[in-house]
Amino acid sequence: MSKLFPTQEKKRKNFRFITSKIWWNNFKDFLKELRKYHTASIGGIIVILFIFIAIFAPFIAPHDPLKVNILKRLCSPAFISGGEKYYLLGSDEVGRDIFSRIIFGARVSLSVGLITVTISSILGTLLGTLAGYFRGRFDTIISRFADLLLSFPDLIFAIFLMAMAGPGFFNLIFVLSFKSWVEFFRLSRGEMISEKTKEYVEAAYILGESNIKIIFKEILPNIVHSILVLATLRVGYFIILEASLSFLGLGIQPPTPAWGSMINSGREYMLNAWWVSTMPGLALLILVLSINLFGEGLRDILDPRLKIE
Amino acid sequence: MRAIKILERILIAIPVMFTIVIIIFVFMRIIPGDPVDVMMGKGGNVSEEEILALKSEFHLDQPISTQLRIFISGIFHGDLGTSFRERKPVWDLIMERLPATIELALGALIFSLIVAIPIGILSAVKHNSLIDRLGMAFTFLGISAPAFWLSIVLIIVFAAKLNILPVFGRIPYGFAPVHITGLYIIDSILSCNWMALKESLKHLILPSISLGAASAAVITRILRSSMLEVLRADYITFARTKGLSEYLVIIKHALRNALIPTVTMVGLQVGTLLGGNMIIETIFGWPGLGRLVVTSIFNRDFPIIQGAVIFYALIYVIANLIVDILYTYLNPKTIL
Amino acid sequence: MLKINNLSTHFFTNRGVIKAVDGLNFELREGEVLGLVGESGCGKSVTLLSILGLVPYPGKIVGGNIYFQGEDLTKKSSKEMRHFRGSKISMIFQDPMTTLNPVFRVGEQIRESLIIHNRKKLSKVKEKEKVLELIESVGLPSPEQIYQQFPYQLSGGMQQRIIIAIALSCNPKLLLADEPTTALDVTVQAQILDLLRRINRNFGTGIILVTHDLGVVAEFCQKVLVMYAGKIVETGLAEQIIFDPKHPYTKGLLKSIPKVGDKKNKIQPIPGDVVDLAALPTGCPFRPRCCKVMLECEKGEIPLKTIESGRQVRCLLYAK
Repeated sequence: MSKLFPTQEKKRKNFRFITSKIWWNNFKDFLKELRKYHTASIGGIIVILFIFIAIFAPFIAPHDPLKVNILKRLCSPAFISGGEKYYLLGSDEVGRDIFSRIIFGARVSLSVGLITVTISSILGTLLGTLAGYFRGRFDTIISRFADLLLSFPDLIFAIFLMAMAGPGFFNLIFVLSFKSWVEFFRLSRGEMISEKTKEYVEAAYILGESNIKIIFKEILPNIVHSILVLATLRVGYFIILEASLSFLGLGIQPPTPAWGSMINSGREYMLNAWWVSTMPGLALLILVLSINLFGEGLRDILDPRLKIE
Repeated sequence: MRAIKILERILIAIPVMFTIVIIIFVFMRIIPGDPVDVMMGKGGNVSEEEILALKSEFHLDQPISTQLRIFISGIFHGDLGTSFRERKPVWDLIMERLPATIELALGALIFSLIVAIPIGILSAVKHNSLIDRLGMAFTFLGISAPAFWLSIVLIIVFAAKLNILPVFGRIPYGFAPVHITGLYIIDSILSCNWMALKESLKHLILPSISLGAASAAVITRILRSSMLEVLRADYITFARTKGLSEYLVIIKHALRNALIPTVTMVGLQVGTLLGGNMIIETIFGWPGLGRLVVTSIFNRDFPIIQGAVIFYALIYVIANLIVDILYTYLNPKTIL
Repeated sequence: MLKINNLSTHFFTNRGVIKAVDGLNFELREGEVLGLVGESGCGKSVTLLSILGLVPYPGKIVGGNIYFQGEDLTKKSSKEMRHFRGSKISMIFQDPMTTLNPVFRVGEQIRESLIIHNRKKLSKVKEKEKVLELIESVGLPSPEQIYQQFPYQLSGGMQQRIIIAIALSCNPKLLLADEPTTALDVTVQAQILDLLRRINRNFGTGIILVTHDLGVVAEFCQKVLVMYAGKIVETGLAEQIIFDPKHPYTKGLLKSIPKVGDKKNKIQPIPGDVVDLAALPTGCPFRPRCCKVMLECEKGEIPLKTIESGRQVRCLLYAK
């Protein structure tokens, strides 16, 4: 225990804390619990499947998602009589394989969803815990700002901003995160305020622990589970938001495969080539459904007081 | 007592609305992209004088504060500016379309309540039974399926394949009832125009369902979970010891309490309905405010976007205000 | 008036069958006050709920009879039971704040129980009069004001009085009281007990008072039943139980009450924890905590022995 370099000791301890066995054991217990929840486990497996597909898209997709083949436009899916075996789920209005486009589209949806959730949860939780702990002017200003942001409906706000900023991946992430951190802010602030009144916090304070240490080492681990649940449930929501924006042409532009814009381009052919819109939508439904099922199971496990027997 | 609380709420809402208007206004002015270019089309064959004339017509050459002042004073006269494209007052354009949007939003809201309340109550009362599981499955689907996709699927099934319901528009040409409120359903009932009533209902069904499905799911869940909590309370057992029928216990004692958090959620859902409005209106060709906004966005017609977004935000604030007021009736503790 | 015959109410849970009430037998005459004593979780409240047929899921009455004024309540349908609930048998609960519905005014809640059971429609004015009478009869001043209040605006004692008013609105023959004073201050406790005593004397209402407080029992009850792990372990008159307890559990309960002026002796709690009804030991359920335990206590069912008239004990110490 070198007294010359106390900060180094602290840093090493904290690092070990984060990667320590406690977390690993918790995770293993968590997996054991999860197996009891059938629907949530299935949801989780499907989500992992989608992530896998998204990452290894170039190896899994049978065809090039961007390859246009006008001669083979609007072919019906392989499993329908009269359909082309070549196109598993049919081809779109310029002859691209829908199945491959769906696979690549998963990349867009998942990355937007996960990145947005990560940014907004970190930002929102940081601001929320600090605001909830220190209160005062900082808290009031940010809370008022958050309330103001909340007075706009999500989709309108996003459409408005995207219309101003123009379509594109990074614009999309920025716009979606712009309002969504507020949810995490409110949650973490509320939890922080109620945790702060508990006795273990007072005990830590009396023991002379610094404020930062109290926040991160004592209180945060008790709040993390509800933030995690909220984050999981929001991923699906953001994926739908992204799809809605792409549908309007304000998100990811064609020809980049994105489920929302695929559904939109299929609109014209609703009546004679229903698969162009329906297939990407089904993929979206399955993914978001799985995320939501998993999130619900997560909530039941991590927050037993919310569970109803 | 209650009147004071309500007044309080209204007074708080006013500065919020003002702030919203100012923010939207300023925001639109500081983003890049010169609206005049857009108005001209990217042709470039326009003389300097024409550009200057256009700019002064729309006050674009004044500093932002002056523009703001003009705009706000205009609001009190019902003048929200003039559309770039159509050269008609924004207010008129919005007002033309507003009833259609309100009718759709109401249709969606009524649909979600009709679905959510019985399912929410039944799921809670018959907890863990088949009805409960089915109800929960339905809610999961409701929140996972995006509205725009759902509407396309509904169109494919009901309009294309089964051919029982129409797809586009609000009513066939020439069938519209006498204009009393602007809401076709109400107008046709008031003027006893049963044909118009039938037609407008037929056109309203699919859009309302697509728009309302997600809200129905969310409201069902929160109603169910608050009912479950309420049904475990002592006062419910006590009500039973009084000799009340189970029906009364659930509907009179439990539901009243369970509605309290539910009503708050309904208010929030109005915001979602307004937002989703745009997409549904575009798909179904519904002549409402949402479709106007979407086309204006693509036309870069800023005054309309501005006016419409302000309208949406205001409606949302008012809806939440109504919910707050309703809340004081439901929860006696808030009066204190 | 009330005769319980071998009543058994079991809860069928994931952890196993919980025998909350196991072979209960007792009688109550008209106008009698019976005390039901025991620690939390020993089946007292479930007994009361069983009488009214309101045992919550996953519980069920699995055996026995409940005879009230000659009729067997266990054989009644839910609809038939509604005629009894609130009109012939009433119940009051422990925490008055959660017993009253928070969204309805107090007067309205009293009025509700009046109109459920009165087929002849009284005019609204008459109904309100009766409610005001009731509020006054439970000792609350300014009934007009109280009528308009919401539950959260009243103190705990006042709330409990309102609940008693509701319970009495149709002049029941039997009042089931589940720890009505536990959540209240000591001074208010005395007032509520006083009120109950008056009701018993003036209207001849029989009362079954469930409590874990032997002081309340001493003051108020005539007969006493001591319960443990779903079974009765001792019965007798109040004075007999207090001054001459037989069963080791009863003795333990009395010893654990701190006595005023008793500065020397430490409080002697009963060692061990409350029994887990899902995992009952064989033989006498009190065995793990009993200081007089013998080898025979482990085997078989201990029967309830009558040692004197009106005195019964379930203990092998008295079985000879």
